Amino acid sequence: MSASTKYEMTASDKRFIGWHMLFAIAALSIGSLFGPLQTFEHAGWDIYAQPWFQALFKSYYQGLTLHGVLNALIWTTFFITGFTTFTVIYGLKRRLRYPIVNHVGWWMMVVGLVTAAIPLLLDWATVLYTFYAPMKAHWLFYVGLTLVVVGSWIEGYGFYLTYYAWRKENPGVRTPLMSFMGVLNMVMWQIATIGIAVEILFFLLPWALGLTKGVDPLLTRTLFWWTGHPLVYFWLLPAYLSWYTMLPKQVGGKLFSDSLARLAFWLFLVLSVPLGFHHQFVDPGVPQGWKMVHAFLTFSVFLPSMFTLFTVTASLEIGGRARGGKGWLGWIWKLPWGDPSVAAQLLAGILFMFGGIGGLINASYNINLVVHNTAWVPGHFHLTVSSAATLSFMGISFWLVPYITGKKLWKPKLALVQVWLWFIGMVIFSNAMHVIGLLGAPRRTPLGLAPYIPEEWSGHLLRIGIGGGILFISVYLYIIIMAVTALSKKVPADEQVEPPVAESLHDPQQTPAWLDRWAIWLVIALALLAIAYGPQIVDQLMHMGATSPGFKVW
Amino acid sequence: MTSKNESLHVDSYERTWIIASIILVILFFIAITIAGTMMGIQVPGQVGRVDPNTVAQSGEFAEPGLRELAPGKYEAHVLAKTWSFDPREITVPKGSTVTFYVTSSDVQHGFKIQDTNMNVMVLPGQVASLTITFDEAGEYPYICTEYCGLGHAAMFGKVIVTD
Ligand code: HEM
Ligand SMILES: [Cu+2]
Repeated sequence: MSASTKYEMTASDKRFIGWHMLFAIAALSIGSLFGPLQTFEHAGWDIYAQPWFQALFKSYYQGLTLHGVLNALIWTTFFITGFTTFTVIYGLKRRLRYPIVNHVGWWMMVVGLVTAAIPLLLDWATVLYTFYAPMKAHWLFYVGLTLVVVGSWIEGYGFYLTYYAWRKENPGVRTPLMSFMGVLNMVMWQIATIGIAVEILFFLLPWALGLTKGVDPLLTRTLFWWTGHPLVYFWLLPAYLSWYTMLPKQVGGKLFSDSLARLAFWLFLVLSVPLGFHHQFVDPGVPQGWKMVHAFLTFSVFLPSMFTLFTVTASLEIGGRARGGKGWLGWIWKLPWGDPSVAAQLLAGILFMFGGIGGLINASYNINLVVHNTAWVPGHFHLTVSSAATLSFMGISFWLVPYITGKKLWKPKLALVQVWLWFIGMVIFSNAMHVIGLLGAPRRTPLGLAPYIPEEWSGHLLRIGIGGGILFISVYLYIIIMAVTALSKKVPADEQVEPPVAESLHDPQQTPAWLDRWAIWLVIALALLAIAYGPQIVDQLMHMGATSPGFKVW
Repeated sequence: MTSKNESLHVDSYERTWIIASIILVILFFIAITIAGTMMGIQVPGQVGRVDPNTVAQSGEFAEPGLRELAPGKYEAHVLAKTWSFDPREITVPKGSTVTFYVTSSDVQHGFKIQDTNMNVMVLPGQVASLTITFDEAGEYPYICTEYCGLGHAAMFGKVIVTD
C-alpha cells in the first residue's frame, strides 16, 4: 500500500481502542495469577492452603473459575473487540458510522464484567467458566456474562453499520482484507453465541432467579458447546488476521494469496459452529451417529487451517528471501527475530502447530476416550488459546499499544526475553500436562490433594510447576512492559509507530467477487447449523427432563 | 470496477498443498470411521433417562453394585454423588466383562477407570454405559474427572481384578 493511502486515526478512536486494551490486560493480570498457582499446587506447593491466601480466595476452584473466566473469556473478548475496532477503522479508512452504537456496546461489556466479577470474587459463583448445570451460581454471574456477550454483539452491529456505509461509498471495491476478516469473525461470533444466549436467558437465569424449578443438564451442556467450540475460533481468527494481513509486512514480505486467505475465512464462518458435539463425545444421551457427524465436520475445519499454514508460511518466505535468506529453510533465520512483535507471533505459530496436532487427536471420536477431561486437555489448549492467540495478541499489542497511545514500546529487548520465556515455559508446562494426562491425571483437580495420584508422577508434576513458574515471570513482565509503555512520555510525531499493513502479491481487485459477497455464505452457514444441530436440539427439547434443582457444592 | 475474472487464481504449489490437505482429511475420515465402528471401542450413546431426584430411592440405582449375569459377565450400577461413588469398590475375577451403568443424583461428575477405555461424563438424568473387559489382574482406580465441588479431588473408588 502506498504512502498516499495512509490513514490518520482520530484521537478519540484511539482512546476507545485503548480502553479495550486496558481492560483486557487488567483482566489478564488478575486471571494469570491463578494459572501459576495451580501449577505450584500440582508440584506440591499449595498456596491455596495458606491462611492469608484463604482470606482472599476460598479454594483452588475459586481460583480456577477466575482463571478461566478472566483469561479465556474477558482478556480475549475485550482484546478482540478492541483489535477488531482497529481493523475496521484502519482497514476501511473511515470513522465508525455510528460511534454511539459501539460505545453502548462497550459500556455494556464493562457493566457486565463488573456484575460478573462481584459474585466471582465473593465465592458465590465457583462453577468454573463452563458453569455446568445443575451447579448453580448466583444470578448476578449469569447476568454479567450475558451483558458481556450482548455488549460484544452491539459492538459488532457498530462494525456492520460502518462496513455497510463503506460498501455504499466504494461500490465494486474488494473489502480490505483486515476489515473483512475482523467483521467476519464478529459475524461468526454472533452465530456461535446464540447457543449460550439461549442457555442463559431461557434456562439458567430464570432458574437462578427462582422462576423455574429445574433445568436439563444435557440440554444446557449442548447449548453451551454450541458456543464453546466456535469460541476457540473467535480467539484464533484475530491471530490469523494478524498473521495474514500484518505479519508479512513486519517481516518484509507480502501476502501470498488474498483469495485463498478469504476462502479460508469463509470456510471458518461456515464450519466453526456446527461441530460442538466433539466436546460431548463421552456424554450419555447424545446418539453416537450425531457424534460421528460432528467428528467429520471437525476434521473439515482442519482444511482452512491447513490453507492458513501454507499461505502464512509462503508470505513469510517472501520476506525471508527478500532479506537474503537462501535454501529451503535458510530464509527462516533471516526473518527479523529480534523484533519482539514478530518473534511473539512466529513462536505462537510454532506452538500452534503442536496444538493443532493435539486437536486432531481430541477430535478423533473414540480416541477421545483416552484424553477426555484429563490434564492433556488444558495441556492442549494452552498451546492454542493461551499461546497461538494470547502470544499473538501480546505481539500485536507491542505495536498497537504504542500506536494508540503515541508512545514507544518500553525496552523491546526485554519484550523479546518475555516472549521467549513464554515459549520455553509453555513447552515445559504443556508437555508435562500432556504426558500426565495420558497417564490418567484428571483436569480441574488439585492433583497435590488427590489421593489416587501415584508417587511416580511427581517428576511430571514438578515440571508442570517449573513451566508455570517461567510463565508467571513472563506474563508479569508483559504487564509491566505494557504499563510502563502506556505511562511513558509521548514521542514526537515522526517517531510514531505505524501499523503494519501487508501488501498482497496480487492486486486484491483480482480476487473473484464471490469471495467478497456475504449472503450465500451466511445461508450455507445457517443451513449447515440447522442440519448438524437441529434434530438433536429438537429431540432434547422434546424429552427435556427439567428436574434438577440447583446445587451449591463449594 | 468488478473484475471479470471470477475464477480463483491458484498457484501450482498451492494447488498441490490443497489437494494433499483434502486427501489427508479424507484419510482421517476413513480412519475414524474404521476406529469408531469396527474395532469395538465404543463411546456412550443413548441408554435412557432417569429422574435424578428419585434415582437413589427407587429403581436399579437404589442398590448400586455388581450383578453377575452369566459366568464372567457382569453388570455394575454406579451412583455418583458429591463426593463419592457408590459402590466404592468392585471386585471381579480376571477376564470378566463388565457393563457399567453410571448416573448422578446431584451435579455432573466424570467416571474414568484408569488404564481402560472407560471414560464417560456422568450427567444427572442420563445413564452412561460402556462395556469393559478386564484381562489383567490388579487394581484399577476409578476417579471423578469433572469438577463437582469442594470434595472433587478426593472422589474415587476402585475395581479390583483378582487372579
Ligand atoms: C500464566 C500462565 C498460565 C499458567 C501457568 C496456566 C496454568 C493453568 C493450569 C495448570 C490449568 C489447569 C488447572 C486444572 O485443570 O486443574 C489451567 C486451566 C486453564 N487455563 Fe491456564 N494458565 C496460564 C495462562 C492462561 C491463559 C493466558 C489463558 C487464556 C487466555 C488460560 C486459560 C485457561 C483455561 C480456559 C483453563 C481451564 C479452566 C477450567 O478447567 O475451568 N490460561 N491453566
Ligand atoms: Cu465428582
